[in-house]
Amino acid sequence: MGVKTIKCLLRSSVCHAMRLKLSMNVSRCSSSQPNKLENSAKRLQFIPAADSKHDWIGPPNRLSNLRPIIYHVPENETELEKKLRILRQETENWNHAFWTNQNVTFNNEKNYFILSQLKEKGITERDEKGRKRTLNSEEMAVFYKHFLDENCSRHANYNKEWYRRNFAITLLMGRLAFHNLWGMFAQRRR
Amino acid sequence: MYKTPCSRLTGLVGASVSLNLKILGKNAPRYYQSARSFLQWSRKDKSQWITYQHLNFLKRQYVLKSNNELYQRVKPKQTASVTLLEDQQDESVVRQIQDESVVRQIQDESVVRQIQQVPTIEPGPVFVKVKPPLPQPDISTPVLGAASTGMPADIPAVLERTSGNTESTSQTEAVTLEAPHVQLETDEAREARLDRQWKELKVELAELPDVYARLAKIKLTALVVVTAAAGFAMAPVPFDPVTFFLASIGTGLAACTANSINQYFEVPFDSNMNRTKNRPLVRGQISPLHAVGFAVACGIPGLTLLTLAVNPITGALGALNIFLYTCCYTPLKRISITNTWVGALVGAIPPIMGWTAATGTLDPGALLIGSFLYCWQFPHFNSLSWNLREDYSRGGYRMMSVTHPAMCKRVALRHSLGLMAVSTLGPMLDVTSWTFPLVSLPINLYISYLAFQFYRKADRNSARKLFFCSLWHLPMLLLLALTCKKSRTGPEGTVTTQSLAPAA
Repeated sequence: MGVKTIKCLLRSSVCHAMRLKLSMNVSRCSSSQPNKLENSAKRLQFIPAADSKHDWIGPPNRLSNLRPIIYHVPENETELEKKLRILRQETENWNHAFWTNQNVTFNNEKNYFILSQLKEKGITERDEKGRKRTLNSEEMAVFYKHFLDENCSRHANYNKEWYRRNFAITLLMGRLAFHNLWGMFAQRRR
Repeated sequence: MYKTPCSRLTGLVGASVSLNLKILGKNAPRYYQSARSFLQWSRKDKSQWITYQHLNFLKRQYVLKSNNELYQRVKPKQTASVTLLEDQQDESVVRQIQDESVVRQIQDESVVRQIQQVPTIEPGPVFVKVKPPLPQPDISTPVLGAASTGMPADIPAVLERTSGNTESTSQTEAVTLEAPHVQLETDEAREARLDRQWKELKVELAELPDVYARLAKIKLTALVVVTAAAGFAMAPVPFDPVTFFLASIGTGLAACTANSINQYFEVPFDSNMNRTKNRPLVRGQISPLHAVGFAVACGIPGLTLLTLAVNPITGALGALNIFLYTCCYTPLKRISITNTWVGALVGAIPPIMGWTAATGTLDPGALLIGSFLYCWQFPHFNSLSWNLREDYSRGGYRMMSVTHPAMCKRVALRHSLGLMAVSTLGPMLDVTSWTFPLVSLPINLYISYLAFQFYRKADRNSARKLFFCSLWHLPMLLLLALTCKKSRTGPEGTVTTQSLAPAA
């Protein structure tokens, strides 16, 4: 198990230089793992147990605050299930990209704003005791308003797209659930 | 959207309690004892631990997220520290609004120092010294090396900063000795810890009631039912307990539906705001389909109950309210500031529903009670959102407090004064006796005064004061209206409802 584990690990860690995982949990590599890693550099590397039949949800990502999900691929996956899984994975990646960008941009612009304001006032970034200077909430409010106004259309587009995807995923889930129920019902009939 | 005052206080109380505990310093050997490690000792005292962790998390978040560009203290591998705290957050109480004043205070006190400390790590509390910020490059390197493996050095470092760490009587030799030891342990421990944070996405039946309660925002639903009950009680008809009960249940179910759909729409936004991080859909405790199914399962019986067992007007109002909340207010939050007015309307409809449930008609009296809620909503929400401007801005929410601050203050003041005007309408519309405007004048004046202070000063304190006032103002107002309700004489000429007018 050791060699296979390490091979599996090395394969997935080729994409990104992350720490080698010496965990006991490793027993299989899901096929979606490399894709996932390619798309999300900072996501935690976790491999669920082989006998698990469910998806796994992880802790919130540091940058996007969204929780990554590792989707379980069943042996005889139907077309519908595959479609759903791919849609969910894709939406997750898209969401992660948007929010990472949003949060990082926000923080960068905020810091830049603080620095520029302090410079304007002619105050150093840190005071005598080495503490970082911050602006009061009124001064920051200017930045918050500016940020919102600047990104108005971007946010609106994101909203539309998110609603669309959310509906699509839920509809697909509904269809799948109905399909499964129907199948169960039909089987019981027989 | 609504927030109880207690949650803000616990953070401060927790902080003060834990700081006091630290000062006591039980069994403190020569090692520096971080508050966090001490709290691990007193792990049994869960409530304090939770609140301190909560506060701690707030500190860490502000320090790391807003300043990670500038701080070089911690190496890029910050995932461990973040996820460590996230893990604890998962197990802790529901997230509450970031108390900006507390965080800001901490931030102000934060000192940037090259503090090298290897903090306590699991399995057991391992105390390593803190180096005071003296130039000792030879010692610092191995510790930094240890820190660079991504141990949660931030947290105790933050703690140190905020506690104004001066009492470290550290011994340097211990550091170098312990550093490699700690490094190995931390790696494995961290891996294990990170792995533990992954949860299987399956529905736990035992957790379901709690999940449903949080999905439906049960506390908010309860408040909505209370306002509907107030509307019912204010109606000038004999009190019918059966209709009252059915109307309350129906309103409650409709509110559950609206809240569930709202959470279903807002998953990524909720993940990014501290107040809403622990919602069931964000945590993946149920699937989106499950949430929609729950909403439908609440909505259909609720609306049917209202339409058939109470009356069609109430049912129609219930359906309208669900539509307004889910399809108008929720998307509008991110599009334009008119969301606040729609939200005020959404809040005003339940008392109207209560009234129509009792009388069966849409009287001016119903609209009066509704307008109490409508006017109250603005000082309440505007003051609340004043202190959440950063979160709203980052999340992309378009609220008056961020985009039109002057209007925000004006509207809050205007509607606080409007409360007085609406109270005066009470006796004119035969809903209450003339004592009501007099009796409600003190509280109305007080909230108007606070709104005026908010209008003039527009700072955090005045916003908070106004918000807390609004929390007790509404129940008091409704209670006073109830006690000053106009008495009606029944067909036999007996007084069916009493007007408990205080002896003037």
